[in-house]
Amino acid sequence: MSGESWRRTLPHPSQRSWLPQPSTRASLVVVLVFGAVLGVLMGAGSAGAQSEDSGPQAIFGQLDYEDVELQEDIAVPGVVIEVDGVGTSETDNNGEFRIEVPGPGSYVVTLDVETLPTGINLRNPENNPLNIEVRESSDQRVLFPLIEGEAGSGGESGGVSFRRVAQLTAEGLKQGLYLAMAAIGLSLIFGTTGLVNFSHSELVTWGMLSTYFFNFYGLAGVIGFLAPLPPPFGGGVNLILAAVLGMLCGAALGYVLNRVVFRSARQAGVSLIAQMVMTIGLSILLRYFFLYLFGGSPRTFGDYAAQRAVSIGPIELTPKDIVAMSLSVVILVAVASYLEMTKMGKAMRAVADNRDLAESTGIDVERVITWVWVSGAALAAISGVFFGLDQVKWDFGFRILLLIFASVTLGGLGKAYGALVGALIVGLAINLSTLVIDAEVKNMVALLILAVILLFRPQGILGQRERIG
Amino acid sequence: MTADQPAAARPANPVAGVFDGVEPEPGVPKPDPVLVADDITKHFGGLRAVDVNHLEIQRGAITALIGPNGAGKTTFFNLLTGFDRPDSGSVYLNGESITRVAPHRLASRGMVRTFQLTKALTRMPVIDNMKLGATGQVGERFWTALLPVWRRQEAEIEAKADALLERFNLAHMRDEYAGTLSGGQRKLVEMARALMTDPTIVMLDEPMAGVNPALTQSLLTHVKSLRADGRTVIFVEHDMDVVQDISDWVVVMAEGEIIAEGRPDDISADERVIDAYLGSHHDSDLFDEFENEQETDQEDPDEHA
Amino acid sequence: MDWGFILERTISTMFGVEVMVFALAAVGLNVHFGYTGLLNFGQVGFLAAGAYGLGITVTYLSWSFWIGILFGIVYSIVLALILGLPTLRLRADYLAIVTIAASETIRLLVRWRRSQEITGGAEGIGEFADPFYDVSINPFSVGVRYEFGPFSYVGRDMWVLTVGWIVLILTVLFVRRLMSSPWGRTLKAIREDEDAARALGKNAYFYKLQSLMLGGVIGGMAGMLQVIQKGSIQPDTFNPVITFTIWAILILGGPGRTWSPVIGSMIYWTLIAFLENVLRDLPEGASETLDDTIGLSDFNISQVRFMLVGLGLLLLARYRPQGIFGSREEMALDDR
Repeated sequence: MSGESWRRTLPHPSQRSWLPQPSTRASLVVVLVFGAVLGVLMGAGSAGAQSEDSGPQAIFGQLDYEDVELQEDIAVPGVVIEVDGVGTSETDNNGEFRIEVPGPGSYVVTLDVETLPTGINLRNPENNPLNIEVRESSDQRVLFPLIEGEAGSGGESGGVSFRRVAQLTAEGLKQGLYLAMAAIGLSLIFGTTGLVNFSHSELVTWGMLSTYFFNFYGLAGVIGFLAPLPPPFGGGVNLILAAVLGMLCGAALGYVLNRVVFRSARQAGVSLIAQMVMTIGLSILLRYFFLYLFGGSPRTFGDYAAQRAVSIGPIELTPKDIVAMSLSVVILVAVASYLEMTKMGKAMRAVADNRDLAESTGIDVERVITWVWVSGAALAAISGVFFGLDQVKWDFGFRILLLIFASVTLGGLGKAYGALVGALIVGLAINLSTLVIDAEVKNMVALLILAVILLFRPQGILGQRERIG
Repeated sequence: MTADQPAAARPANPVAGVFDGVEPEPGVPKPDPVLVADDITKHFGGLRAVDVNHLEIQRGAITALIGPNGAGKTTFFNLLTGFDRPDSGSVYLNGESITRVAPHRLASRGMVRTFQLTKALTRMPVIDNMKLGATGQVGERFWTALLPVWRRQEAEIEAKADALLERFNLAHMRDEYAGTLSGGQRKLVEMARALMTDPTIVMLDEPMAGVNPALTQSLLTHVKSLRADGRTVIFVEHDMDVVQDISDWVVVMAEGEIIAEGRPDDISADERVIDAYLGSHHDSDLFDEFENEQETDQEDPDEHA
Repeated sequence: MDWGFILERTISTMFGVEVMVFALAAVGLNVHFGYTGLLNFGQVGFLAAGAYGLGITVTYLSWSFWIGILFGIVYSIVLALILGLPTLRLRADYLAIVTIAASETIRLLVRWRRSQEITGGAEGIGEFADPFYDVSINPFSVGVRYEFGPFSYVGRDMWVLTVGWIVLILTVLFVRRLMSSPWGRTLKAIREDEDAARALGKNAYFYKLQSLMLGGVIGGMAGMLQVIQKGSIQPDTFNPVITFTIWAILILGGPGRTWSPVIGSMIYWTLIAFLENVLRDLPEGASETLDDTIGLSDFNISQVRFMLVGLGLLLLARYRPQGIFGSREEMALDDR
């Protein structure tokens, strides 16, 4: 009896990527059920550079942490390690680094904590920088144990100070803005079709991952055998172009899901509850498909990965954060004016308010729903790209599912602006909550918000009570 | 109904003549009110859905609640039956306040309702639909359900259910899933199921909606038979013609207010009622209403004469 | 390929621990969804409540194993109340959102560094299950392998399986008795239309809360059996995929039917075991080809399985929401 199998841990983090060479990947595209759109993922993760074994003495090591979900060690790439007076190195896709040193002696090794992915911290922050003794004729291994969540034993740094509040507010705003883009689509899909779409969070991951692939494998490079073409067709394209492409991929997946899966289900009269179970199935299917292709390790985009934060008054933000936050404000304003000014935008709100009435006034409800899916998915994809500036991960969307739902419920299910307001509140609340609780459990605040709202104002802050009968 | 109606066309009317001295005006007191509503208001998002000053319902009579679509009839119905809470005001049943009483407590107090969209329990057999209506079955409690103590009571309930199915001509569908019934049959099941609670007041929300015209007459006969049993019937309807035939008293709503009350003949001659009905047919540009986030239960104020 | 070996392993799965545990968990979900229409997307949370109720009592409070069982049940009831009280008055979707969120939160909470003293943190809890195996009525010896025709289990599992299947069958019979009573009829009425039930004098909120507690306790028992078999409690085994697998099993068997959780669980795990055994036992050439073309190897077979669970759930809900044995007629009646 394979008694252990269902809870067996996922594969050991073999440092080798499972993906085959590009030329064989193309054939795979056809094989898999997901169709051409998903083909872009086929260029996934190539093996990292081999570390050299020869040469003079060196300080080397590998950065990884244990993933709580997979129970496996996950390598951390893109982290800058510096040996004082010698040079710096960035960890590769396997989390490995190697810095050659002129000879035996004492060195100071520093890990640049700014370059650690969000949520990953040093287990022992006091052991950074480290003093390392390099001996004759052997390389010296350096250990920087990492953990997911807040740094070890030490209490909260600093308690409540103006600086900390300002910083957390900025981060809450950032998270809230990105969340809002993911939440609006979910809310509108619910409003127009009555469907609670549990797979919406996978659309966030999808935007993040497809951007990653464009960023590393280019326009055509994602289709294996075209990889040798010069950029922008083969090889990687700049992140900004990749993000636009990722957004288009998001819109395409939204269109396909509605068209192939949910429109036919609506027309066949599948009940809303069965459709909700369908979204659960779809969510787990997509999520593990992402894991299969992308692997369990978090990665970072090829551009702007390691930026230093700049200070604005009491707040420290990286330039990419500032740009992404400004862009999200622009996008959200654009979405709002779209909903207010254009015919389609008004129709969306009309259908969300009262579908039957809207239909009786001659609105083509199916067309509205198609647009809601396409634009909602595109927004979710952009949200994924922005979140991905910190870290790209196969299950990112699922991790923020609770936050998205808390935002949407807080604002009132089905209300576009409600989702926006709700997301900002959730973003601020969970970040500011770290003033008093561990960051590790800050997302639980969202659950608390959810429970309180359901108890006292279930229709949400912008929603209205419904009539029965 | 008054004595000058041809009496042979219908079963004997136990409340014939009871409205003789009652003035046909909104809020008028009745000789023996079973249900009284006072100052009931309900708002949806700042819009007034219901605003009823005073209404008395005569015991044992058939009272029709009519009004154009969106007049607030169903909302008012929900407020009376506890399915929705009024912003202000109170409701009395037999002189006792039932204002904030949960709907499930009203069944044992003798008040039962049906719904506009028929709520037949589709994946349950018709007989189970019926048995559900019984009140006081001890087997509906978790721990007693495990013991055989409810079996004898169940047999009595089943006999009662079978008798009602016979009366409503549904005995042949007894063991079919309720989902296989036609629209009219579902309305009948819902009405019969409501009778299982032994109600003193039966509240029917558009009992004729979506029913094949051939069945309408039979449904009306059943409604009248409720009155013959000595029960009070209140029903919502938007079709004036149906009301004319069976009701003893008619209450007209428009824009959430009661604009007229009276015997059917008084109502069909009432100017305000005619205006309210004609007004509702100018549904010119509903789309504009979305700009104001209108609740669908509301009319455009201009349409009120 | 050794088909005989593959079949033998597959057949042994049919009455194995997973089938038993998941069937029991699905009986609980059947009470929730199949009979009452509650959308509980966090059944794994109840498994965790049962498991930790037992584990914490035995290791942290140092009380007896049997009191621990009692506490596992109490924890499940408490969880049902926490989830149900705010949500059950509201639209069905809210319970779905809250349960899925809460089950993840429970996992994060028990593996939290600061709860380590009580819950064992990320490492979990061990050494609490011995009294279960040491009882004098246990006729099986731990080291021996028992074989009955094609079925073969180790002695430790034999005892868990015996107790587990007895619990499972008794629970199914218990639920059947309840559901054929007026109490069960009221639950079904609430599933079909809550407002109709309320209009007929049924306190739908209270019934839904009872249903959530009953199904939760059954889920908690499944969680306890699972950790007793493993001998340890690890927070990360209680992840959302477990919930979705339970859903797939329930819909496979057909929600609202007496034996469907058991049948669904048997079909599900037999299929999975068959697929995995075949894939792991492929001839050299074939497995290499698979590895080269789509990168499928021993490492990620389980990922493929999760994808199949998702795809299966999607297709079942779309085309056969009444289960593979349900009648078409019944599906047509589902006009919600």
